[in-house]
Amino acid sequence: MRKWWLIGLPIVSLSLIIGVAARGIQNPQQLPPPPVNPPQLQPPAVQNVPAPPPRPRLAVVVIDPAHGGTDPGARGSTGINESDVTLLYSQMMRPALEAQGVRVIVTRENNADPSFDDRSAIVNGQRGAIFVTLHVASTGALGQVRVYSEPVPDDVDVTKIAGGGFPAHNGMLNWDSAQQFYAAASRRLAEMVQASLAQKFTGSPPAPFSAPIRQLRTVGAPAIAIEVSTVSTPERTRLIELGHNLADSVVRGVAEYRAYYEANVR
Amino acid sequence: MNEPRSPWTVPALIVLVASVLFAGIYFFSLRNRMRELATTPQTDERARIELAQPTPAGAKSVPKLPARIFWLSATLPNSLEATTVTLPLASDPVQRAKQLIDELIAEPPTNPQRTLPADSSLLAFYILPDGTAIADFSDATSAGIPSGIQSEELAIDSIVQTLHAGIPQIRRVKILLHGQEADTLAGHLDLSGFFSTEGAGPAATPVQR
Repeated sequence: MRKWWLIGLPIVSLSLIIGVAARGIQNPQQLPPPPVNPPQLQPPAVQNVPAPPPRPRLAVVVIDPAHGGTDPGARGSTGINESDVTLLYSQMMRPALEAQGVRVIVTRENNADPSFDDRSAIVNGQRGAIFVTLHVASTGALGQVRVYSEPVPDDVDVTKIAGGGFPAHNGMLNWDSAQQFYAAASRRLAEMVQASLAQKFTGSPPAPFSAPIRQLRTVGAPAIAIEVSTVSTPERTRLIELGHNLADSVVRGVAEYRAYYEANVR
Repeated sequence: MNEPRSPWTVPALIVLVASVLFAGIYFFSLRNRMRELATTPQTDERARIELAQPTPAGAKSVPKLPARIFWLSATLPNSLEATTVTLPLASDPVQRAKQLIDELIAEPPTNPQRTLPADSSLLAFYILPDGTAIADFSDATSAGIPSGIQSEELAIDSIVQTLHAGIPQIRRVKILLHGQEADTLAGHLDLSGFFSTEGAGPAATPVQR
């Protein structure tokens, strides 16, 4: 029995010492009080007028060329792969957006295939960002362009969200449904971009569509999908050249949205 | 040299022997249960087998009724159009759903009006008491649908609207692929949620066939 005391007593003592020390670190009341600045060092103006918080700005556009790698996306009968065309479109769009003074991040710059969540993580790590995922359909008439946003949840009254759809949330978002909080804001972005596209792409609808799109669901920012028709065309060059008008239209839509965003976001 | 026997030795031995006996009896009952299950098909499997059978009632006893099936419109691009066909519709909603989806897959008026691949099939179908329908499609459904947001959306809409028109008690539809919840239908449309039948209205002008 004596041997147990010889081993046990030091262990219990050590545990008590560590426990007391840890409590002292966790409890700020036990920390020494922070030094108080001498009053003469503080300028009087700073004491009375708090600095206004910086105005939120739309600073980043994340462009997502959909598919890539082992996932070519839609494939046309003449061998056009959706993943190749979306990559080319993103390369045309990037300088046009950068010329507007926004930072552009592309989710893939080669024939890689990041997962849906990897692509979402890129935009979710940014402040003041919007997300645009680019697609090319395997159906439809060549040159028609449609814009999609996630459906606004039934329990969200868009008219009651101040600032036209930017939610005031200070906590964490559920990753799997992050877009729900931005669905109304995304809808507005979709409307502006679709209206801009309809001016240049004859036959394109004037208003955007709502659809549950997997890539958009996990994006915690205003987000849209743009789908161009079609990889089924035999006119590969014409399909790729659509990218110039696509870039111009998206830039105009984003510029309009930027003004709206900076006026409304909290 | 004999140490005195602990007073707990006898009770401990009794408990040990009782445990061994109980474990033995339980093991034999489990083995019998497993044999029973191995010889009897599972309930789900039985339901699938029943679903795969043609409508059991003969043509004499089941009158043909009009049913509205939603295929792609022949005139309006990228939209659905209701076509009224007559089918010997079963009164059981699950059987009826199977008939409607089979018709949607097998008999489009023309091939360009097809919304689901010809080799796709409905593996299982359930309706829960709250109006949730669960439709389990084969892998061929996913593989054969033209990739794209719009084409996938039209495929889902054709299923949802056809089910809603034939079985109004269905409030929402969950799509599974080969028994599993899939990320997307064919790379775009999110299958993690439910597709509501609210707002799944009929097309402007139903076409009689």
